Amino acid sequence: MQEFAVILVSSILINNYVLVQFLGLCPFMGVSNKLESAIGMAAATTFVLTLTAMASYVVNALVLEPLGLIYLRTIAFILVIAAVVQFTKMFIEKTSPLLYRVLGVFLPLITTNCAVLGVALQNTSKDLNFMQSSLYGFGAGAGFSLVLIFFSAMRERLAAADVPVSFRGAAIAMITAGLMSLAFMGFSGLV
Amino acid sequence: MIELISQNPILAALAALVGLAIVFGALLGFAAEKFKVEGDPIVEQIDELLPQTQCGQCGFPGCRPYAESIANGDEINKCPPGGQSTINAIASLLDIPAPELDAEHGEESEVKTVAYIREDECIGCTKCIQACPVDAIMGAAKFMHTVIADECTGCDLCVEPCPVDCIDMLPVEETIADWRWSIPAKPGLIATDKRGELANQPAKEDAA
Repeated sequence: MQEFAVILVSSILINNYVLVQFLGLCPFMGVSNKLESAIGMAAATTFVLTLTAMASYVVNALVLEPLGLIYLRTIAFILVIAAVVQFTKMFIEKTSPLLYRVLGVFLPLITTNCAVLGVALQNTSKDLNFMQSSLYGFGAGAGFSLVLIFFSAMRERLAAADVPVSFRGAAIAMITAGLMSLAFMGFSGLV
Repeated sequence: MIELISQNPILAALAALVGLAIVFGALLGFAAEKFKVEGDPIVEQIDELLPQTQCGQCGFPGCRPYAESIANGDEINKCPPGGQSTINAIASLLDIPAPELDAEHGEESEVKTVAYIREDECIGCTKCIQACPVDAIMGAAKFMHTVIADECTGCDLCVEPCPVDCIDMLPVEETIADWRWSIPAKPGLIATDKRGELANQPAKEDAA
């Protein structure tokens, strides 16, 4: 039990994929303009991350390792991710057409979100078992959701703030992200 | 077979990737069947909010084509029959700010109207029947036409083609079935009124 808590804290806060490992920055900047779409994106990415962590563990343990095809990991995992994202896209299109419209092109772009491939590859290189890898994937998704939602809430406030002209728009967003990243460095000694 | 694969790693790699692709393809095919979306649900929702007069004042042949165009990013303020209330409803559905009605497409009429054909003047030319978007006009060539009042949406489209100008747009008469209490006028001063309203009230009365 304690081990699971350590994995969660580690993947959400200490090794946060966005702010500490700098993976998955594209949706972090792209979908953080509005809080509602950020929440939708966070949920979709968490779903994809958890599913890919499980599926890539199964593919790795049952197909790649017995056949001695470890060098095919990247291609095989991309295949897994693409399939899971496509599944998520269909699921959202059916259950919430409005969210589907709001997310637009960023939904299929989860495929190229490097955090997803990063989680799958790190799980195999760390030799985690099935339970640990799926928890790690979920933790990575929760960490992504946490910072994405915080960041979009801040950007909504920033839209109304009196920012110097030359810093408006993307510039102040980058500075905000940098400051958030600095803050998350503070978690590094937690476990 | 196993010997063949272990001696030719490239075969094993090929088999593994093709196998994975087939499995995922089958799963996705199943999901596509299960989560099939009939048409665009957003279009359905917008179409339900539009007044269904099929009048074409928005520049589209009917309400549904306009709903499809809105779903593809068109302006939502082109529907005079629906008026501001329809614009507000669509804006809240799509989560965008509600614009004013675009005057280019016509103005929102205050009263609901219905077409009426002065039957003794009608020459039976069928031109209004062809113009009617909702098939609310009955009649045949060289025979008198008449309007089915329940079907008429009051869109004015039949008035223009009539060669003898025998079609009038009459306000819908109130019947017992659709009579309602009128909305109460703004109440007088109450204790919690804001200061501005208190200050303005006597001035208005003076002007009247």
